[in-house]
Amino acid sequence: MKVVLQNLTKVFPGRNKKVNEEVVAVNDFTFTIPDGKLIGLLGPSGCGKSTTLYMISGLQKPTSGKIFFGDDDVTELSAESRGVGLVFQNYALYPHMTVRQNILFPLQNLRGKDKLNKNEMLERAQKAAALVQIDNLMDRKPSELSGGQQQRVAIARALVKMPSVLLLDEPLSNLDARLRLQTREEIRRIQKETGITTIFVTHDQEEAMSISDMIVVMKLGLVQQIGRPQDVYDDPVNLFVAKFLGTPPINVFDGRVENGRLYIGEDEVMKVKGVEDQPVTVGIRPEGFTPDSKGRLVCGLNGVEIMGRDVSVVSTHPASLNPVIRSIINADNKIDTSAETVKYSLKPHKVFLFNKETETRIYFEVK
Amino acid sequence: MVESKHPWKAWIYLAPAIVLLLIFTVWPIINTVRMAFLEGYSSMSAVGGMQYNFGFGNFKQVLQYKDFLSCLTNTMLLCVLTVPISTILALLIAVCLNAIRPLQRLLQTIFFLPYVTNSIAIGMVFAAMFNMVGSAFGSENEIVITAGIINNVIEFFGGTAVNWINAGSTYWANITVMVVYIVWNALPFKILILLGGLQSINKQYYDAAKVDGTSRRRVFTKITVPLLSPMLAYVVITGFIGGFKEYSSIVGIFGDDMGPTGDPRRLNTMVGFIYDALANKQGRASAAALILFGIIFVVTMINLYVSKKKTHY
Repeated sequence: MKVVLQNLTKVFPGRNKKVNEEVVAVNDFTFTIPDGKLIGLLGPSGCGKSTTLYMISGLQKPTSGKIFFGDDDVTELSAESRGVGLVFQNYALYPHMTVRQNILFPLQNLRGKDKLNKNEMLERAQKAAALVQIDNLMDRKPSELSGGQQQRVAIARALVKMPSVLLLDEPLSNLDARLRLQTREEIRRIQKETGITTIFVTHDQEEAMSISDMIVVMKLGLVQQIGRPQDVYDDPVNLFVAKFLGTPPINVFDGRVENGRLYIGEDEVMKVKGVEDQPVTVGIRPEGFTPDSKGRLVCGLNGVEIMGRDVSVVSTHPASLNPVIRSIINADNKIDTSAETVKYSLKPHKVFLFNKETETRIYFEVK
Repeated sequence: MVESKHPWKAWIYLAPAIVLLLIFTVWPIINTVRMAFLEGYSSMSAVGGMQYNFGFGNFKQVLQYKDFLSCLTNTMLLCVLTVPISTILALLIAVCLNAIRPLQRLLQTIFFLPYVTNSIAIGMVFAAMFNMVGSAFGSENEIVITAGIINNVIEFFGGTAVNWINAGSTYWANITVMVVYIVWNALPFKILILLGGLQSINKQYYDAAKVDGTSRRRVFTKITVPLLSPMLAYVVITGFIGGFKEYSSIVGIFGDDMGPTGDPRRLNTMVGFIYDALANKQGRASAAALILFGIIFVVTMINLYVSKKKTHY
């Protein structure tokens, strides 16, 4: 089912009554989530992504704006009647129930025509458990499970009632690094198998990029950019999005445009057609550097970190806004580690210009 | 474990507490057991150099004493009636208190007030509420001045006044008054414990239940009560232990006659029985105390066994 958010806004009243300091957690969010897709809400903490998720679940009421499931306006509908599946950050499994009882719980709530008999319930619970591969743990208590297993139970509990929308709040944040990698693929697989429209919240850009069909990047309640992960990465609309996506992060420089040429510090690095003369902030992805003896960007070489397939070159430049510049270079390129400097030429499509004040993107023609 | 170089140091630090405990707790317990098994022991005659036989005579005497059975029945009856009623009421009040935001603190304080009030004073107020002030109540030329606020309320709703605690009142009227009073007196502590338990339940369980479309009743029976079960077990166990030691509440309402005028000792309890014997029959009092200890011990064991089966997480 598609989910439509229309001018969704959530304002929390200030805690101090004397000072009127309202917090706008989500500001005018409009977005149509297509049916059967996996959407990642991405942003630093406090950006309103969880609030958005809870508004979709019905646990929080929007201050203004509307939410549609398919064509139905559910804005005024309570969480009970929306039929969404929600997986909490710390899973919220009922500690006094076994895995089976936990998964059965939503089914036992069904009333009227949806009411199932005992065998149907058990069958559905078994199916949901099998989907997340915990069907051998049905008689355990949550306290007897590992974090990863608890998370699967939480997903099974959310899936068992066959929700139209599945919501996941920071689903991987309580797992260790290896399990995180495994579980995110698992979430992707389950989502593909069930075809349920899934929205998940994360502050980890890698997590969002790796499994989402689309990502929504948010900052301070405002949506910055929506798009396919690769598109957002390759074509960020502003400096925040460019900085937020990518590991290692984008390298940022002070620069200026003069006569259609881009200067980083005193180095004239490339032609940027169609940009007016102005000071700019320059973002260069780590993979946008090519070591080149004729390269125009001259950096002080700090060291080289070997990563096997690639090497990461750590260098400095007076105009860099980060303490060091990190570039990822194919290991075939031999870097003279004893040299004082390294010269780079730049890949134009990995270079982004931003307005110094507004930090919005300035586009230039790439030949 | 931390191994100290000077283990005697620890003993020095512990000594003040240990000495006091030995004098005022451990020795009295040992002495109680000793006295219980010395037949017909009485401290007055013991000072006079009298010797006693060792045996079960005191226990036999206690069990044969005509008042003992009524004391035991009264105690048991009050326990069995008040503990469930007060626990259920406290649970409901705690859940309601937990659900409201405005005035929660104020109401919490009001509900807690009885706990910090002297139980004899409360008893006197209750006695006044149930009392009939007048002369020769029950006789032909009775003059009722006031029938007490409870009877006023009953009469307001068209009922007939009940003789709750005065001369000629029935046993069950007396028990009803005691149950009301003991429940009321027991509520604050239970509410406090249960409210604390409720507030420590993770709100996400309720959010999860809400998203899953759980009805209020099911949330209460399937989530709140099970998650509160350790607190409930605690409240029930301490309730029973307290209930078996019931004494001052009855003094509060009926005075140290432990019964309505004309029928003293009718509402006497186990502790009352012990106190009565304490004056000069310490042997019998000790035996009764040991019997009471045995009963409380067995009941608590049963409670623990049941709660272990029911509180599971």
